[in-house]
Amino acid sequence: MNMQVNPQELGLDPAPLLSVAGVSRFYGERIGCADVSFDLWPGEVLGIVGESGSGKSTLLRCLAGIDKPDEGQVLFRGGTEPLDIYSVAEQERRRLMCTAWGIVHQNPRDGLRMDVSAGGNVGERLMDNGARHYGKIRETALDWLQRVEIAAGRIDDRPRQFSGGMQQRLQIARVLVSEPKLVFMDEPTGGLDVSVQARLLDLLRVLVRDLGLAAIIVTHDLAVARLLTDRLMVMKDGRVVEQGLTDQVLDDPHHAYTQLLTSAVLTV
Amino acid sequence: MTVHQSISDETRPAYNYAYLDEQTKRMIRRALLKAVAIPGYQVPFGSREMPLARGWGTGGIQVTAAIIGPDDTLKVIDQGADDTTNAVSIRRFFERTADARTTEATDEATIIQTRHRIPEAPLKAGQIMVYQVPQPEPLRKLEPHEAETRKMHAWAEYGLMQVKLYENIARFGEVTTTYDYPVMVNGRYVMAPSPIPKFDNPKMQMSPALQLFGAGREKRIYAVPPHTSVRSLDFDDHPFRIQSWEQPCALCGAADSYLDEVVIDDQGGRMFVCSDSHHCETRRAEGHRGAMLADASALHLVEDEAKP
Repeated sequence: MNMQVNPQELGLDPAPLLSVAGVSRFYGERIGCADVSFDLWPGEVLGIVGESGSGKSTLLRCLAGIDKPDEGQVLFRGGTEPLDIYSVAEQERRRLMCTAWGIVHQNPRDGLRMDVSAGGNVGERLMDNGARHYGKIRETALDWLQRVEIAAGRIDDRPRQFSGGMQQRLQIARVLVSEPKLVFMDEPTGGLDVSVQARLLDLLRVLVRDLGLAAIIVTHDLAVARLLTDRLMVMKDGRVVEQGLTDQVLDDPHHAYTQLLTSAVLTV
Repeated sequence: MTVHQSISDETRPAYNYAYLDEQTKRMIRRALLKAVAIPGYQVPFGSREMPLARGWGTGGIQVTAAIIGPDDTLKVIDQGADDTTNAVSIRRFFERTADARTTEATDEATIIQTRHRIPEAPLKAGQIMVYQVPQPEPLRKLEPHEAETRKMHAWAEYGLMQVKLYENIARFGEVTTTYDYPVMVNGRYVMAPSPIPKFDNPKMQMSPALQLFGAGREKRIYAVPPHTSVRSLDFDDHPFRIQSWEQPCALCGAADSYLDEVVIDDQGGRMFVCSDSHHCETRRAEGHRGAMLADASALHLVEDEAKP
């Protein structure tokens, strides 16, 4: 059931970027997610799929340093030394979150400042990290807006004036501007229509490949998983029931639930 | 140790010296000491009800009440002027409750309570500025959660403040914040300098006077000790600038003071005069004459000292 991936064979850095060991989060009696362990290598995209309420978002919040898990450990190798993100001070964790990490929320309103212009939104992380040259900040913001296919003329518009798809692209630019090593995405295409989804996925694929990002993408959409991810983790009732290479899991599902999930995909 | 203890029972007023009871004053002084020890850090304190509405300077009055003694000379200014309603009322309050000597002269005062301005005359060592602060949290409009702003201060995460300045420049080509312009104190805490015009910000830098800030409604005290660096936030390519005027003061001719625009008729006439009334009077007494001084004195709006 568990696939072992040999990083050397894949030509990846031998040390995993993120090591997760036995992460569990409980809501009182109920299980949020239980005993999740995996490694994520640099440049790798991991998908977490499962139905609503299967603990995907809970797990992501634990990994991203938002909610402390009740058990388990999350090790991050951003620098030379592995860092247990929940044993370091909150200050360190927050600094990580605005430099080496990025979180793309399902709802752009959670990730954007709605009353700050697009340029300000993209520039915020630069200013958080000490940039104090207006011209350079604006230049970088412009560059990133263009990379996510937002017209340069919209740099001083507020996110409110943007469509849903543009807001999501803006959020991605805002996260990627600090050149993070690891990006967490919670349903990045949720609530978008199919054609906008397709363009966003295309964009994400290009960016992830170009920047050599490692990413963890939570989704319930198997098409998104197929397009973007290298490896897949299938969750049910808070537990990982199957994990392996994406194509393998989707084309040859072993666990009964995964079989159900793959056969439930609508084909038009 | 109150002064009123020496007064006989019949004439003894119903309140303690300087209105507040001694325990309250000790509490405020403790907060003040902590504030001075950590320049720019907002210290919570138990703000009391005062005999005027919150938002009218209760924070400043409580700070003044906690530090004033019989030897002090108090000056109170509101919008730079000594003769506005609030300034007159607060001055009278301390005359009555603290037997305070009061003055309009900046260099004679030991305590200067202020709203909106720092006097034009340079401050000296030994003087104490007391600011009435409506909103002590410079990040409040950007981040509504108190728990979050405290963390941001604790870990000096001030990128958001810079985002606000960025927005100004992106929209208007320059930073349009003209008052309550955020400053970095001692290279550590970002502080709201109360609603003084940004014209006054450079006066806080390395000032020899002690500067105390009291926010009564928000229950916060903070301070800038003497000779402390107070730097206005800016961008490398958009440096901090203060306001300037095209004409000097119409009454005293000062070209280097903060000017108020005064509408003088319904024909569009207006004049620019020093907002610091004492500074303007001093200059007129020294013989400086502005372009409209003769007109103003003909209407008995001001006294023209130079007139025979």
